[in-house]
Order: sequence, then structure tokens, then C-alpha cells
Amino acid sequence: MPKDHDSFERVTTTSEGRVTPESSYEAPVVPGESMKSDPKTSSVPSADSEPVGLRVEDVRESLVGKSGPEYWRSLDELAGTDEFAELIHREFPQMLPVEGANTSRRRFLQLMGASLALAGLNACSIQPEERMLPYTKQPEEIIPGKPLFFASAHPHGAFGRGLLVESHMGRPTKIEGNPDHPSSRGATDVFDQAAVLDLYDPDRAQIPQERGTLRSWNGFAGDLQNLLSAQRGLQGEGLRIVMETTTSPTVLRLVDRIASELPKAQVVWFDPAGHGLARDAAAAAFGAPTHVHYDLSAADVVVTLDSDLLTEGPGAVAYARDFADNRRVVEDDHHMNRLYAVESSPTNTGVLADHRLSLAPARLERFAVALASALGVDGVNGSADSDVQAWVQAIARDLRAHAGSSLVVAGENAPRELQILAHAINASLGNLGRTVRLTAPVLPEGPAGAEGLRTLVGDLERGVVDALFLVGGNPLFDAPADVDLASAMERAPLRIRMSTYEDETSLDCHWHIPMSHFLESWGDVRAFDGSPMVVQPLIQPLYESRTPAQLLALILGDAAASDYDLVQETWRTQVSGNFTRTWRRWLHDGAIGVGTPGTILRSVDTSAVARAARTLGSGTGTSVVFRPDPTIGDGRWSNNAWLQECPKPHTRITWDNCALMSPRLAESLDVSNEEMVRISAGDRQIDVAAWILPGHADDTITLHLGYGRTSSGRIGDGCGFDVTPLRTSDDWWRVDDVRVEGLGRTYRLATTQTHHSMEGRHLVQHTTLDDMHHGHGDGEHHGNPMHHGIDIDASLMPGHEYDGYKWGMVVDLSSCTGCNACVVACHSENNIAIVGKNEVLNGRELHWMRIDRYFEGDLDQPATYLQPVMCQHCEQAPCEVVCPVAATVHTDEGINTMAYNRCVGTRYCANNCPYKVRRFNFYQYADQKTESLKLGRNPDVTVRHRGVMEKCTYCIQRTQSAKIEATVKEIPLSEVGLQSACQQACPTGAIAFGDMNDSQSKVAQWKESNLEYGILQELGTRPRTTYLKRVSNPNPELARS
Amino acid sequence: MANVPFSDDDPRTRLKSPIVAPGHTPATVTDKISTVITAETPKWWFLGAAAAFGLLSIFLLSVGMLFYKGVGIWGINNPVYWGFAIINFVWWIGIGHAGTLISAILLLLRQNWRNSINRFAEAMTIFAVACAGMFPLLHLGRPWRFYYLLPIPNTFELWPQFRSPLIWDVFAVTTYALVSILFWYVGLIPDLATLRDRAKNKFAASIYGILAAGWRGSTKHWHQYEVASMLLAGLATPLVVSVHTVVSFDFATSQLPGWHTTIFPPYFVAGAVFAGFAMVITLALPLRYLFNLQDFITDTHMDLMGKVMLATGLIVVYGYAIEIFIGWYSGSPYERYMLLNRMTGPYQASYIALFVCNFVAVQFLWSKRVRSSMLALFIVSMFVNVGMWLERFVIVVTSLHRDFMPSSWGMYQGTIWDWSTFVGTIGLFLTLMFLFIRFLPMISIFEMRMILPEASKAKKEKH
Repeated sequence: MPKDHDSFERVTTTSEGRVTPESSYEAPVVPGESMKSDPKTSSVPSADSEPVGLRVEDVRESLVGKSGPEYWRSLDELAGTDEFAELIHREFPQMLPVEGANTSRRRFLQLMGASLALAGLNACSIQPEERMLPYTKQPEEIIPGKPLFFASAHPHGAFGRGLLVESHMGRPTKIEGNPDHPSSRGATDVFDQAAVLDLYDPDRAQIPQERGTLRSWNGFAGDLQNLLSAQRGLQGEGLRIVMETTTSPTVLRLVDRIASELPKAQVVWFDPAGHGLARDAAAAAFGAPTHVHYDLSAADVVVTLDSDLLTEGPGAVAYARDFADNRRVVEDDHHMNRLYAVESSPTNTGVLADHRLSLAPARLERFAVALASALGVDGVNGSADSDVQAWVQAIARDLRAHAGSSLVVAGENAPRELQILAHAINASLGNLGRTVRLTAPVLPEGPAGAEGLRTLVGDLERGVVDALFLVGGNPLFDAPADVDLASAMERAPLRIRMSTYEDETSLDCHWHIPMSHFLESWGDVRAFDGSPMVVQPLIQPLYESRTPAQLLALILGDAAASDYDLVQETWRTQVSGNFTRTWRRWLHDGAIGVGTPGTILRSVDTSAVARAARTLGSGTGTSVVFRPDPTIGDGRWSNNAWLQECPKPHTRITWDNCALMSPRLAESLDVSNEEMVRISAGDRQIDVAAWILPGHADDTITLHLGYGRTSSGRIGDGCGFDVTPLRTSDDWWRVDDVRVEGLGRTYRLATTQTHHSMEGRHLVQHTTLDDMHHGHGDGEHHGNPMHHGIDIDASLMPGHEYDGYKWGMVVDLSSCTGCNACVVACHSENNIAIVGKNEVLNGRELHWMRIDRYFEGDLDQPATYLQPVMCQHCEQAPCEVVCPVAATVHTDEGINTMAYNRCVGTRYCANNCPYKVRRFNFYQYADQKTESLKLGRNPDVTVRHRGVMEKCTYCIQRTQSAKIEATVKEIPLSEVGLQSACQQACPTGAIAFGDMNDSQSKVAQWKESNLEYGILQELGTRPRTTYLKRVSNPNPELARS
Repeated sequence: MANVPFSDDDPRTRLKSPIVAPGHTPATVTDKISTVITAETPKWWFLGAAAAFGLLSIFLLSVGMLFYKGVGIWGINNPVYWGFAIINFVWWIGIGHAGTLISAILLLLRQNWRNSINRFAEAMTIFAVACAGMFPLLHLGRPWRFYYLLPIPNTFELWPQFRSPLIWDVFAVTTYALVSILFWYVGLIPDLATLRDRAKNKFAASIYGILAAGWRGSTKHWHQYEVASMLLAGLATPLVVSVHTVVSFDFATSQLPGWHTTIFPPYFVAGAVFAGFAMVITLALPLRYLFNLQDFITDTHMDLMGKVMLATGLIVVYGYAIEIFIGWYSGSPYERYMLLNRMTGPYQASYIALFVCNFVAVQFLWSKRVRSSMLALFIVSMFVNVGMWLERFVIVVTSLHRDFMPSSWGMYQGTIWDWSTFVGTIGLFLTLMFLFIRFLPMISIFEMRMILPEASKAKKEKH
């Protein structure tokens, strides 16, 4: 899809002030609901589906049939019971006796009694007598049924990504990338897609609490007054604030203010998987604090050293797009970049690499030193292990040939020294300023890893901390084994927690303040390139939550500061002229026009590089490397069901983490798949299930962070294994010399794919750039031997004439990184339910699109192939003929549709589907009870009932509304900007979808390519979703050897 | 006339051994068979009926659970979307076939040895169809919408989708059930009149009287009866072939390796007859022992049924052989893989067991000694009952669990609810069977009278 600015303009609306469904209504008056007059409460869902004590319905029921004195007596009794108090807590938290004053409690009970009386009177379900009013004034932009899009940004970790958020009648329902923002260019990563679910998570913390008592923000502020004024006198000596690292200019402004107003207070930045190492490496390599980001559009040869460049980190979406554009041969078949991936732990980037080499961490370090030495980096000398020396030479030659248009990237979690070396290599190749961009730093300074926590624990133990603020993150859970934050914390007389959930850290705190979700609060954040963006909310806070900036403002003495004012305050001074107008422009664009750090040029500190190179390459025995989980990150997404059920890219495991190891290591340890293993280092040990992953580096075990949570919520609790007990602040990303023993027990891991070989079936087809140019592998049937001698379009019947639209899809296998953004986008767009671990084990997951993963070749260094598979919308669809009730039929535009209302669930269609893309509701999977989840659903898509088949519809709700728009506006469809959800989310633009009758469309052009093929075409199904062969560009030098 | 028995020396029906024990007269035949109903209920009947009803309760519980929770309580999944429900459906339908074959085709072929077994074989058909017919409804995701499958006028103006073999199934099975019930009931009328006349209390007399539809045994009645039987036999005969052919289309018209096979219709029909005769033997042996009916269901019957089983069993084995041959000959990698997977894959045991039951066990029937040993015959028939269930398991599950896309391959296992539903339908079948043997003549009284030597003598004299 070319960027379509017009259509973007059309749908994007500037939002000034909060957008809320209630703001446009005259509040309807409903009897018995008088307690809910506060618009905030009206959208408060019942937080707890567990039946607790007493329910309103029960009260009503018990009141039915009672009259006279008995009625009133029982009401009084009811109002006095513990269950009643409990009910109040759950149903009307905002109405709680706020400051514990007796009068207000009494008043509340009076109100409650009155409302119950009304409820009792209305118990025989009479229609409301009061008038319910429609809009008295039609709001300007809202057309019921038509979504609006607002620009915003998703702060994830320290950095953010520019977004467009779809809003239906004031409710954000779907997140898309902002096509005009360089961090997104219309695409998103898997976390952006899933973020909307977190907003509606019924497990979120909802009300400020003090030791389990519900309080209010104002009460909190009042209680803190004495402490804060005392601390002001002490220059904040007893204040410690633990925060997640952020680039938010507003938060950093407030942190600076704290530093100047309360100079002895300390802010500790702590993240379980942050950017501290990368920041320190850049500072060391370039001699001064520097922010580094990359420009892959100019990189013809890319070498990654233990880096998941294309799918992990703030810049991944932008990098992936540039990388794919620079690689795609379907449009320009002469230019293709080349990617080498050398890694200890399998990455998505490695899957796409032309040459992938898995090496244990120490071997990888020696490899990097040898590479630097072969490239003549000053002060670096060394050689790689002999078996990979050929690789070093070949890669070095290739890099040298592409000096200035090459890129070497070390992973952010790789040792600092390795990252320094990568910078040095780039400098020596002349890549600085070309593929590597340097700017002024955007991250706050502070110790990397868990160093900050270690200092904090020292302070706590010395008893100098009077009040400890723990803002965001989950430091108690993430603290390394050698930093005993849990017991040190007890020394702080006041512990205040701000977090989205009441998590492990919250349990040990006196106060818990709910933190606002980014879709319901104002903020700002910087993108990977340092450019700032406004985080624009789409809805009023669902609960009584605040932002970290507001908490910092409170510490600075301003308890009433609104998040909106705090953000505006940051930027107002930076604009000359009309701020309101500029601000509106920024909100509309999703980008702040000022404050982007310019690129600078720096030279490498040679002595630092030489020092770094000398320390690399040691380490013996079996190493454990820690990585953020590919779907739940560092654990912050652990209560997100979409992400828990999203299969991990390499293992296709859902709902768990595990110890990934190579077949050879498993063999030598005599460990089988899914066997529990005990990994110990020193006196630390963890038990975790093993998973054997072909292609994993030998002598290395990968452990993913974020699992084993105990206070995450109903989704995340009890999933996976906590691996942090093995982490120490010194061995933050890697532990060498671990002992591993099998325990004999097995632990079932729920994978969505159990068979890993293609069995000689030509499902994923691949070729090399050379073969493509020399005609091998092309030809009439595009090289699929299954099609030799078969006319795959043969039919006795005349085909259908498509004189209107003719939908089709092509997926480019050369650029699919397997990042899963499409899978979760599909979940979000199509209201797909989650089924849970047990049902995944039963093989009943509901993903409409899946990413198949196949291994080929050698067990130790196999080639990995990915293939997104959704409904292929066969022209001769085997599912359609066997449905006895015509519930799945072909439209005259070629879409194989599902009529859910008609489906009786014989499941014959799914049996007969050779692609196995149909999904069945064996139970009532869609949650029809939790109110808050209902808010987040796409109103254009049916929520499916038990017993009904479902599958990819090519986002028929989108094609239909695009057709209507094109017709109404009398413009061609290509100007409407139709995209399927998967296509829109894809960072690499690997999916082309549209009208095949429009010869100018990308899909029509891709369909013409020689690389195009359909899977299982020999069955005569004539699929509409086809694929572009995976093309690789191997280095002839290495391909020979 | 169809039901007029032939003389014993008619070469078409000549049998070396008698089909009725010597010494019987029409009166003793009537006495002996009707006494089963008019006599005191034997104790074992109560025990047996209670056990059967216990199993039926399990069925009701399972179905209740199924309707409450959904088909997820079964072991089905992606890719094995069909499991026990379909296996059991085909199995029960197959069992029913012997009854129709015996009552219709053997009637038309004038095999009068069938007279003593056709009544309960027909009852078995109806009960088996009742069990079978339940499964397509139970296995629906939304069973409360079952009427979408019927071509009834509706406000959506939507018809069923006539290209789907499942719709053909609906027609085939309902037709089959209707014709079978009619045929059975018409055949019962003369005997119901006998029971009416012999009933010991007024209540029984009036019930049997109503069911006997005013039968008085006049010549006109007999004439009309004969015509009706002939017509119904003519109607039922194609059904023997068509019903299981249509059931096989459920598989054969799909494109799944292992299902997409042209040999399925004849192979399924033969398999049905095979399974049906096995079930008739399984039921007849204990019945004739318990009711002391060795005079009417003689060793000759058993011998003949053993032969039919052997013959149809060999056809079924031929089907297996052709399946294997075509799998190789087709050159399709999917077909080849499917066969290899059946033979060596995770469900290898069920494939081997299938061959043991349906091929090896049946070969013993070549021996006259086995065919005349009731115990041996019973064991072989039980093997076949199990074998034919396994055959459907192999067809349904091993074809589905690994088809075209290796990424979607999976495994299937019946859950406790799968088994309880299956066992429950056996309970339903047995309950109906127990009620049948208690309240209706399990052997056709008047047809037995007609094959007595006296009857043929009388007939000769008429000439």
C-alpha cells in the first residue's frame, strides 16, 4: 500500500480534551441507577467475576414479595452485613466512604438504601418511566457505526511508537501504526497490537488502596502532605523513587525538577530488560553519551551479532520495513541486501538471514573480535575458533566491499564490550552517518542493569529511606537474586506503589495507586530516533488511576496537576507563536514538531575499543542467556491473553516459557523434550521445562524472562517458570558454567505445531537470487514438482466472471520475520477468542491466521522457514460443497464467507479443508460475561457462539466498508486505502491484499511475478491467497563451503 | 407368492440339515414362541434389562453434559474434527444392514431359512438405526438448529445445500428408518393378532389388539399382507445398498487422502453386511440359549450366517487390499503418506488390530467345525464387531490426523465422554432389545408355521 495521506487526513480527527463516550450524550436517567451518575463509574465493569458474598440481583430477589415493615427491616439488616459492605466495595468503589469519616459513610448507606428501595419497587421489570434522551445535539464528528481514528503513541519500555487508534463511539478498539510517523510507517509490532486488550483488562487495579482499604487520590495526597513537607526541609533526603527508564520529556522534566528542588532525593531507573547496556556501550565507544539508531535503507550488507534487530526493540518496525524494502525482488529483481546472523539464541532476524550461524556466547565474542580484527579495527587482535574462521573471512570481505553501505549490529542485551566492538566496526567501515545515526542522548543517565537497585538496597539497609516510591515495572519480581529488595524494602517506613496491576511488588507496599493506561491518559514519549510524540488518550480513565508524571508532580507539591497540563507545560515553552494551533497540529500528526535531536558525528574512542576487545571471549561451560520473552516481553504483558496465546516464533509454544537448548546439548545431558531440568549456578537454582530447538547454539540455554508470575492476574498467574532467581546483578544477561540436570518429571508445554518437517511437500518454496536470475526454479509451474503435468486451473465448468471486485492476497515469504504482529492484529480486528493452555493442548486454538514454521536440513544448523497461513479463499473451495446448510459460501467477489447464524457445526468443512485454516468453537470460548472486555470488541464483527465454525474472512467488514466508501464518494477503491488487518500490521509489508481486477494494485502486480505460487494447488482448489517464493541472497563464498 | 415356502427338495433352498427341529406342528410352534411373551417374566430378564437401563442412563447423562457444555467435552480437535460420533454412527448404521438384508433380499431370493431370524434381525436394524440416527444430531455444534438440515419451508427461504453428502445422509437415513419400521410392523401384524388372542389379561389384549389393526386372518387379509410385504421388500432392497453407499459418500466425496476413494460404496456395503451378520450372531446365540429356541434357530442358521460373514469379510479385505494398491498406484504423495502412516504411524496398533479382527479372525470360518461350534462362532462375531468399529476409527481418525499440511497435524483420543456416549448407545440398543424380546414375538410365528414340513406337504397336496 502506498502511503495514502488523504485518506489518513480524512479519518484522523484532532482530539482536544478527553474523548469519552459520555461526553456527547445527555446522560440517560435510569431508575435504580442513581449511584452511577458519575460517568466514570458507568463504564466501570464488575471487576470480579467470582461470586462473592452478596450480589445486587440477590438483594433484589430477596426483596421481591416483601412488603411493609418486614421489607424495611430486612433492608436495614442487609445494609449492615459484611457482605453488603463487600458488595459496595466491588460495585461502587468510588462511592466508598472516602476519608473514613462517619458522616459520609452514613450518607452512603442512606443513598444505597434509597437505591435498593427503588430496586425493590422496580423488581417486576417495569420499563423506566423517566425519559431517556437521545443526543440533543449531534456531535460533529461522530457518525454511529463509523469509527474515528486518533493519532497517539504507545510507550513501551523507554521508547514509543506512533499509532493511529480506532475508536468506535468513544471506545478504542483497534490499534494501527501511524503511516506518517517514521517509527511506524503504518505498521506495528505484536505488543502495540495487544495493548488495547490491557486497557479493558478486568484485573487492572482500579482504586487507590492503603493496606487493602479503598482510598482516593486526594486522600493519598492529603496523607502524604506531612511527609512531603518534612522531606522538603531535608532536601528529599529520605525519598527514593524507583522508575522504569523512560524517554518521556515530561517525566524527565519532572525528574529534573525533583533533582533541583529535592536534590538529595534519588530516582533509580530499573528495568528487567532495558536499554542501559546499549546506552553505556555507546557512551564508552564514542566517548560521550550518544544515542544510536540505524538506517537500514542504506545497508546492503547487515551483520547481526546476537541481535534481533528486525523484531525486538523500539526501532524494529522501522528497521524491518527498510530492510524488507531493500530486499524485495518482486518489484526490483536486481538489488537485494544480504543478512548474516550470528547468534547464541535464535531470533526472528536469524530466520530471515541468508547465513545464520549459531555460536555459544563466548565463541560468538571471539567471532566478533576476529571479525573486527579482520576488518582492521584499531587495537583489536584475535581470531575466531578455527571452524568458523572461513565465515569471518567471507563476512569481512563482504563488509569491506560494502564499506559505507553495511551495518554491524550487536544486540542490546549482548555484553557492553561486544556492543562497543560493533560500533568500532561500523566506524572503521565508514558506516557512521550513513547506516548508523548518532544523536544526542535521549535516555536518562544512571547505572545499567540492576546496579541502581543494589545501591537502593544499601540505602534501605542503612535506614536512610523514609518513603520508597515504586512506579511502574515490577521491581520486586524482577530484582536479581543477589539484591534482596524484598526484605530491604521492609526497612522503609512508607512504601508507595504505582502500577497498572496489583502485582508482586504491590503486595508489599502500604499504598497502591492505579496507573493509567496510555489509551486513557496524556503523556509523551520519544521514538527510536529520538523524535518526541504526544500520547493522546481516547477515553476517560476507566478507573481512578493516575500517570507517573502526576505522581512526580504530587511529590513536587502539586497533587491536582492533570496529566494534560503536565504534558502541555513541557512543550509550551518550546514553541514560539500560537501554541494551541501547534499543539492541535501535533495531535493530528501524532508527532511533536520540535525537540528531535539532530544527528551528530562522533569518532570512536580507540582505547576503549581495545580494552573492550581484550575482555571478550572468555567464559566456559554451559551458559545461560536471558532474553525478554518474544510475546510477553519482560513480563509486563503477562496478563494479556492475546499475547499469552500467541505462539512463540521458534517453538510455537503458548502460555509458557521453557529452557531452550540444542539437540546436541539435550543429548549430552540426556534430557528429553518437556522434561523438567534443574539449572543451578552457585547456590542459585531454578526448575524449568526443557525444549529442544534445532538450530540453537550448543552449550547454551536460552531462558525467557517474564514468566512464573504469582500476582499477575487471572491470565498470567501460574504460567511458565520464574527464571530471575538465576539472575544476579553481575550476571544480568548471561550466566556461565551452569549445572544442568534432568529431573525426570515432564511438564506439558502447549505448542500449536507439533510436526516440523514439510515431509517433502512443497509448501514453502525457496530459491536464491542467482537461481532466480538464471531461470532455475521458474518456469510454467513455478518449479513446484507437484504441478508437473497438471493443469492446476483445469475445470470442466466455466469459471465465474468477476466483473466487479476480485479480492486476492499474496504473502511475500522473503520478508516475513514471524513477528506475530499480524496474528494479534487478526485477534483484535476479528474478536477472536482465546481458549487457554488446556485447549491449546487439545489442539483447539482459534487463531484465524497462524505462522507455520518448518525446519529443513541439518539438525544442528537447520534452515528455518516461516509461512503465514490464513484462509486461502479457494476458487473451488472444498469446504463449500460439503456444508449441508450452505453456511459457507462464495461471494461474487471471490471471498469464501462464513454465515455464523446459519452454521450448525457439522465441522465437515474443516475436515475437508486441506489448509486446515478453519477454527471451531468447541465450547463457548468468547467471554460473554466480562463487561469491560465487551467494550474493546470490534462492533463490526460478530462475537461467535459455541458450536460455530469461524475463519479468516479477508476482513470482510473492511472490504465492505471500503466498497461503500468508494461508491458513495465515487472514487476508485485504490484511493480508499483498504487494508486487511494482517496487512496493515505487518512491519515488513509482506502481505499484499486488494482487488486483483485493478492491475495497478500491488496484489495484482505480485500475482504476475514469477515467484508467485499457491500451496496445494495440485488439489485443484485454486487458492486466492498465494505466496512469493522465499528468495535468499547467499554469499557465493560461503555457499560453496 | 413370495411367502409361500418351497418344498424341501427345491434345489434353490435345499439344505442338508433342517431349519426347524423335527417333530414340530403349527400348534407347538405357536405355543413355543408365544409362551416366551405370555409366560412369567424370567429373573434374568430383570437383571439384564436393569443393566441395559443402567447403560442407557449413562447415555442420558452424557447427552445432558454434551448439550450443557458443547462438543468440546469430546476428544475432537483441529485437525480431527470428527471422532467417536461419526465412527459410532457408521458402525451402528452398518449393524442395521443385516436386518434389512435378511428381511428384504433373502425374502426376494426365497431363502426361507431366514424366517426364524428375520424378526429380531429387523428389530436389531431399527434399534441400530435409532442409535445411529442420534449421532449426527449429537455431533452438531448447535444441535438445537438441527432442522436447518431438513428441507422444510422457512422464513429465511433457505434450503439445505444439496451438494453436501451430509444432506444425502439425512434423506438416506430417514428413509431407511421409515421403511424399516414399516416393514417390521407390517410383518408383525399377524403375530400381534395371535398375541391378542392368547393374551392373559384385558390390558395386554387391548394393546395387542390395537397394534394388530383388526387382523382376523381372512384370505383377503392374507392377500393384502402378502402384497404389502412384497412392495416393502422391493422398497427396502435398494436401501440395503443405498444407505451405506450414501454413508460412504460422507467420506468418498471429500478430498482427504484416505477418504477420497471410489471403492468406498461397495466396500462400505459389504462391511455393513459383514458387521450386521456378526451382530445377528452375537444376539441370536444367547437368545436361543436363554429362551431354549434351538429348535427354530438351528445350527444350520448359524452355519449359514457364518458363511455370509466369511464371504462379506473377504470382500472387505479385498477393499483393504485395493486401498493399499491404489495408494501406491496413484502416485500421490499424500495418499502414500496416509497409508504409510496408517501402517507405521502413531495409530499403527489400531490398523493391526483391524486386520486381526476383520481378516485373521474371519479365516477360521472356513472350517465347518468352527461354524458349528457356537462358542467359536460367538468369539469370531465379537472380533468382527470390534474390528468393524476399528475400521471406522482407522478411516476417520488416521485420515484426518495427518492430511496435507504437516504444520497442522495432530493427535486424537476419545475422552471419557466419548466412551460414555458410545457405551450409552449400546445401553439404548440393549434396553430396546430387552423390551422387544419381552413384549413382541422375536421369531415370526406364522412364517415359522409355513416352513414346517406339514406346510409343504399340504402345499404339495394342493397341486
